[in-house]
Amino acid sequence: MPLINIESIHKTFGKLEVLKGVSLDIAAGEIVVIIGRSGSGKSTLLRCINGLEKVESGKVVVDGTEVSAAKADLRALRQKIGIVFQSFNLFPHLTIEKNVTLAPRVVKKVSPDEAKKAAITALERVQIANKSGAYPSQLSGGQQQRVAIARSLAMSPKIMLFDEITSALDPELVGEVLKVLENLASEGMTMVLVTHEMGFARKVANRVVFMHEGKVWEQGAPETLFKSPKTPELAGFINSVL
Amino acid sequence: MLREFGIDDILLLLTGAKWTVLLSLIAFTGGGLLGLMVAIGRVFGPGPLKFLIECYIRAIQGTPLLGQLFLFYFGFSIFGFDVSAWVAISVAMVFFSSAFLGDSWRGCIEAIPKTQWEAADALGMSFVQKLCYVVLPQAARIAIPSTVGFMAQIVKNTSLAAVVGFVDLLRMGQLVTAATFQPLTVYLVVAFMYFAMCYPLSQWSRILERRYNATHQH
Amino acid sequence: MSYEFSFKPVFRNIDLLLEGAVATLQFSVIAIGVGLVIGTIGAATKVWGPKPLGFIVSCYVDFIRNTPLLVQLFVVFFGLPSVGIGLSASQAAIIGLSIYAGAYTVEIVRAGIQAIPRSQIEAGLCLGMGPLQVFRHVIIFPALKVVYPALASQFILILLGSSLVSFISAKELFHAAAYLDSRTFLPFEIYLVVSFMYLAMTLGFRALFYVLGRFAFSGGN
Repeated sequence: MPLINIESIHKTFGKLEVLKGVSLDIAAGEIVVIIGRSGSGKSTLLRCINGLEKVESGKVVVDGTEVSAAKADLRALRQKIGIVFQSFNLFPHLTIEKNVTLAPRVVKKVSPDEAKKAAITALERVQIANKSGAYPSQLSGGQQQRVAIARSLAMSPKIMLFDEITSALDPELVGEVLKVLENLASEGMTMVLVTHEMGFARKVANRVVFMHEGKVWEQGAPETLFKSPKTPELAGFINSVL
Repeated sequence: MLREFGIDDILLLLTGAKWTVLLSLIAFTGGGLLGLMVAIGRVFGPGPLKFLIECYIRAIQGTPLLGQLFLFYFGFSIFGFDVSAWVAISVAMVFFSSAFLGDSWRGCIEAIPKTQWEAADALGMSFVQKLCYVVLPQAARIAIPSTVGFMAQIVKNTSLAAVVGFVDLLRMGQLVTAATFQPLTVYLVVAFMYFAMCYPLSQWSRILERRYNATHQH
Repeated sequence: MSYEFSFKPVFRNIDLLLEGAVATLQFSVIAIGVGLVIGTIGAATKVWGPKPLGFIVSCYVDFIRNTPLLVQLFVVFFGLPSVGIGLSASQAAIIGLSIYAGAYTVEIVRAGIQAIPRSQIEAGLCLGMGPLQVFRHVIIFPALKVVYPALASQFILILLGSSLVSFISAKELFHAAAYLDSRTFLPFEIYLVVSFMYLAMTLGFRALFYVLGRFAFSGGN
């Protein structure tokens, strides 16, 4: 039984059909990188996994819970799925430490002391524990993004989703965030990433999924996929980004 | 001598409403003219004048209109002018409106970018020409939504005239209440009459604002 | 022009006016507090609540904002007894002022809530928070920060507006002034002093709001 099981899901925004029957299984411990042009539906697919977007047909099952069911307990589910966004989305009115302890405290009802301990551990994992008293606006983009990762990690999720988390960063800050992702990968976390960092995909992913026009167009191990694409669409995409 | 609240009372209230409208028009016209001077003086005047105008704005915005009304009402008489409640409330409302409009228009004038002044300079315009042909027309467009909104404020505030005995809509309401002894009905009708005057202004202001924002998003 | 100002009798009775000023502050602070509660709940209802409830809130807001406070106070104090709701002057004053304050606060807080980016709400939901938790921990504080200047100005207007409750015989500063006038016949002097007292209170409130703002919204952006 895969940890994430997606079966022929469809999603439209207004008249635009963004997902046209996507199926994908992801096993525990797997690191899957989703690539594709903008508008190919990769971010939407990611957002369907934790129920941020409702699918119109098809099925999403995560860790035995059907996300796409009408009365799915999304709150319980989301405690198991961490997500990090392109735009960080830290809470601007809270310090770094409080950003990280908030959800454990109010959602998991962990005691403040325990939450703080967990926060420090999480912040150490992303190498930013020394900034715990600062506010998000006082941090660089790379630092904010690492805090956002720590905020998700503090909930001890089973799965981490990353939605183009380096796309809004200055080029010199991308490295520090990718380093954190590599560390996470080496710890055995199940990860699904949407990214344009092909070098990173090649190095870290177990599997690369190429999405095109709302469908999974091609997938496989990174080496084979990048070296010998089967479809002209993937070949064209690889040419355009490399 | 009690009578039922009826159509005659509605007509009485409407005659009161007529005075409310008239008083509002005076306050808006007078307050607008004075307010324009306040705004221009506040932005372009010499230092001491700016300071005085700032004090004027602060004093009026920092005290209740009721206090200003009483000061004019009783002030006129102790300085030997025998004026009616009608004049006292008009004068008080004009000063009150001028402070609020002046302060709001000042912001609108200051919102016109420096480059506009420079462009007018480059065309060799005089100060008055720059003001009248370049700056004020643009400032006016920014000012219209909030100014229309303030007209509703003026209408509501004229209800204070009733407390010095001027027979406006609210005062007429009090008189009708005394005759019919149906305060709830009468005051609710009075409230709806004020609503009928203010709501269109508020909505108009909202629409103007939305239209302005839509065309100036960048 | 032979009027001679005499402020002495006014200052001899300054205690009376100061008591009135304290009552004015009490009415205002209560109305501001209740208004903030009404405003927050009303704004949340308008933004996220079911359509019919949102419509009711809109009616309330539009009606209060487009009628004079003095008329509202008359409806509450003189009107409600005829349907069996008799209120003391100060009860009517507090109820009337709070309803008034609430309507204006709804619009201000709503603007603040709508200024919070959708992504902030999503971030909260993605951490497993419920809607109320998101509202409390993620939305309301930054929302109030955005509209804090507008709220502070509105509160000043409520303080000034509270002067009208004297006409439903609630005891506050203008009520005290009228009483003093009836004993001394020095209305001009009295209302001049009273106006300065209001000016002092509004300046005091502004300073207080400034300090509170610095304190409450320190840090963050």
